[in-house]
Amino acid sequence: MQNLKGVGVSPGRIIGTIRHMPQPVQEPHAEQRLSPDVSAEDAIAQLKAAAGRVHEQLKDRASHAQGDAKAVLEATALMAKDSMLLKTAAKKITAGICAERAIWDAAQTVATQLGALGGYMAERATDVLDVRQRIVAELRGAPAPGIPHSDTPFILVAQDLAPADTATLDPAQVLALLTSEGGPQSHTAIIARSLGLPAVVAAAGAEQIPADAEIYVDGATGEIHLEPGQPERQAAERWQASAQLQSFDGTGATADGHAVPLLANVGGADSARRAAADGAEDVGLFRTEFCFLERDSEPSVEEQAAAYAGVFDAFAGKKVVVRTLDAGADKPLPFLTDSTEPNPALGVRGYRTDWSNPGVLQRQLQAIARAAAGSSAEVWVMAPMISTVEDSEAFARMCADAGLRTPGVMIEVPSAALNSRHVLQPVQFASLGTNDLTQYAMAADRQLGSLAALNTGWQPAVLQLVKHAVDGAQLAGQRPVGVCGESAGDPAMAVVLVGLGVATLSMSARSIPAVSSVLRSITLAQAQELAKVALNARTAQEAQQQVRAGLPILDQLGL
Amino acid sequence: MIERTATIGSSVGLHARPAAIFAEAASDYNFDITIARQGEPAEDAGDASSILTLMGLGAGHGEVVVLRSEDAGAQAALDALAAVLETDHDAS
Repeated sequence: MQNLKGVGVSPGRIIGTIRHMPQPVQEPHAEQRLSPDVSAEDAIAQLKAAAGRVHEQLKDRASHAQGDAKAVLEATALMAKDSMLLKTAAKKITAGICAERAIWDAAQTVATQLGALGGYMAERATDVLDVRQRIVAELRGAPAPGIPHSDTPFILVAQDLAPADTATLDPAQVLALLTSEGGPQSHTAIIARSLGLPAVVAAAGAEQIPADAEIYVDGATGEIHLEPGQPERQAAERWQASAQLQSFDGTGATADGHAVPLLANVGGADSARRAAADGAEDVGLFRTEFCFLERDSEPSVEEQAAAYAGVFDAFAGKKVVVRTLDAGADKPLPFLTDSTEPNPALGVRGYRTDWSNPGVLQRQLQAIARAAAGSSAEVWVMAPMISTVEDSEAFARMCADAGLRTPGVMIEVPSAALNSRHVLQPVQFASLGTNDLTQYAMAADRQLGSLAALNTGWQPAVLQLVKHAVDGAQLAGQRPVGVCGESAGDPAMAVVLVGLGVATLSMSARSIPAVSSVLRSITLAQAQELAKVALNARTAQEAQQQVRAGLPILDQLGL
Repeated sequence: MIERTATIGSSVGLHARPAAIFAEAASDYNFDITIARQGEPAEDAGDASSILTLMGLGAGHGEVVVLRSEDAGAQAALDALAAVLETDHDAS
C-alpha cells in the first residue's frame, strides 16, 4: 500500500497500532426464516443467551461511567434483557422467523412506539436500536458496534465518527483519530482538538489499512506513513519533546508586544475548570446549549443560573463571553427546534428561535444576569445566527432589559459579515463563528466529507469575508472582533487573523500553547504581511502553503 | 387479583433513570407484577419489570398508574414498588 494523504485537523506526530471501527451491523434479510436444522426453542435460547451477554457488557461499561452517561448505560443494559422485548421476539421465532430478524422487528416496534411519544422518550428510541445492533452482532459472533475495547492504546480508524461515538471516546485508550471521510469542521476534528489527539480526516484508503498495522500519523500535514521507520520515530519523538516544552505563560502577544488575548471555548463547568487550569486568560465562547442537550423541556431560570455560575466561578475576575442558546441544525433541542425543517442549517436556529418561541431567550438572559450578579466574572453576552441590523438592535434591547451591559453578536451568517458596519453599531463587540461562516459562504455542508476541500477557512472567499467584517466593525465604532471558530486554534491561520485585525482568539484550551508560541515568533507587521499574502492567493491550498512557508517555526514545533 | 395505585413522583416522568430503578426493583420480586395507566383495562397491562414497557407508558409527573398481581401474597411488594414510583428520583 502507498502512504496516504488526508487533511490534518489536529496536530501531533505519533506512531501506533490501528484498530478499525467495526462496520455497522447490517439489517438481516426481511422475513428471514428459521434455519431448518434449528428448532424454535433452540433459537429462542440462543437469542436469550446473546441478549444476556449484551446485558452483561453494557452493565460492565456502566460501572466505569459517571453521571448521565452511567444512567443511560444502565437503562440500556436493562433494555437488552427486557422481558417484553424478548417475549415479542420469541413469538416471532415460534412463528418461523430466525432469531436475528425476530429481534430486529421486535425492537423496531418498540422504537417506533417510543418515537411516537416525542421528546425525551423519542430519543431513547436510539438506545433501543443500539441494543438491537449489539444483540444481532452477538448472534452473528461479530464485534460489538462502537469504539473497540483494547488492552493497549491504539489509533482509531473509521469512515467517520458520529457524535454518539465520540461521546464515549476515552483519550487514555485512543492515541489518534484517522477517518477516510469527514472534513476540517467535522465532529472528528472538533473532538480531536478538544482532547488534544492528533487527527487526520478525508484520508482515502484508511479503511483498507490491514488490521493491527503499525502506522505513523502527522496531524498537522495529514500524512500517514504505513511502514514507519527511523525517520518517523525521530519525528514522533521530536513532537513529544516539543509538546512538553510548549507552555502558556498567560498572555498572548506578537514578538513586538501587540497583545492578542488567547481565550478558551468551553461548554460547561467541567471544561471551564480544565481551561482555567490550562492557563486560558478568559472564556471567549461559553456554549450554553451543551448544558441542556439531554432535556425535554426548558430548564428553569434557577437551574440555568446555577449552571452558568459554575463557569463564572472558574473564571472569577476574568471575562466570560456567553453565547445564548444555539439550538437547531446539528444541535436540535426537542422543546425548541423543528426537526421536520427541510434545511436545518438554514432554518429557525440560534437567535431566530426567539421568533417561534418567544420568552425562552428572555429567560436565558435573566438567568445569565442572575448568575453574573453573584460572581466577579466580567460577563459579556452574544447571540448566534444574527443576520440583520433588526436582529442586533432587538438583541441589544433585550440585554439592556435584563441588565446585561455588554451585548454582542456572532458573525457567522455572511450577511452579517458583509453588512457589519451597520449590524455591529447597536452592540459592543462581535465574534466570528468561522465554522458556520465557511459553511454558508462556500454553500458546503460541514458534515459532508466529500466537500472537505471547500470547508476550510483558508478559502480566499472566507478570508475576504473576515476582512470585510473587521473593516466594517471599525466603521461601526471600533467594535472589537474576535474569532471563536476552530480556525483560531490553527497557529498559521491565527497569524493571518491577527494580521487582518482580529482582536482576540478563542479556541479549545489545548490549542492555546501552540498558537501562543507561533504568535510570539512574528511581529504584528509580519502578521499583516502574511495576511496580505493569504488574501491575494488564488486558492485555499496556495493561501495555506504560502503562509506556512513564511512561518518556519511551524516545522520546528512539528505543527 | 390485588392492586395498588401510585402517582408518578419523578419531575420529568417515568423516563430512563426512574424507569430503570423501578424495573430493577420489580424484577427482584418473584411475583408477576403488571403495570398500566389508571383507566386502562387490566388485561392490557404490561410487565412491570420491563423497562421498555415502563417507558412506553409515557407516564408523566403526577399521572396515576395501577400495579397488579394475581398472587395475594404480593401486597407488600406492591406497596414497596408504589413507594419507588412516588419518589422523585430527580431530586439529587
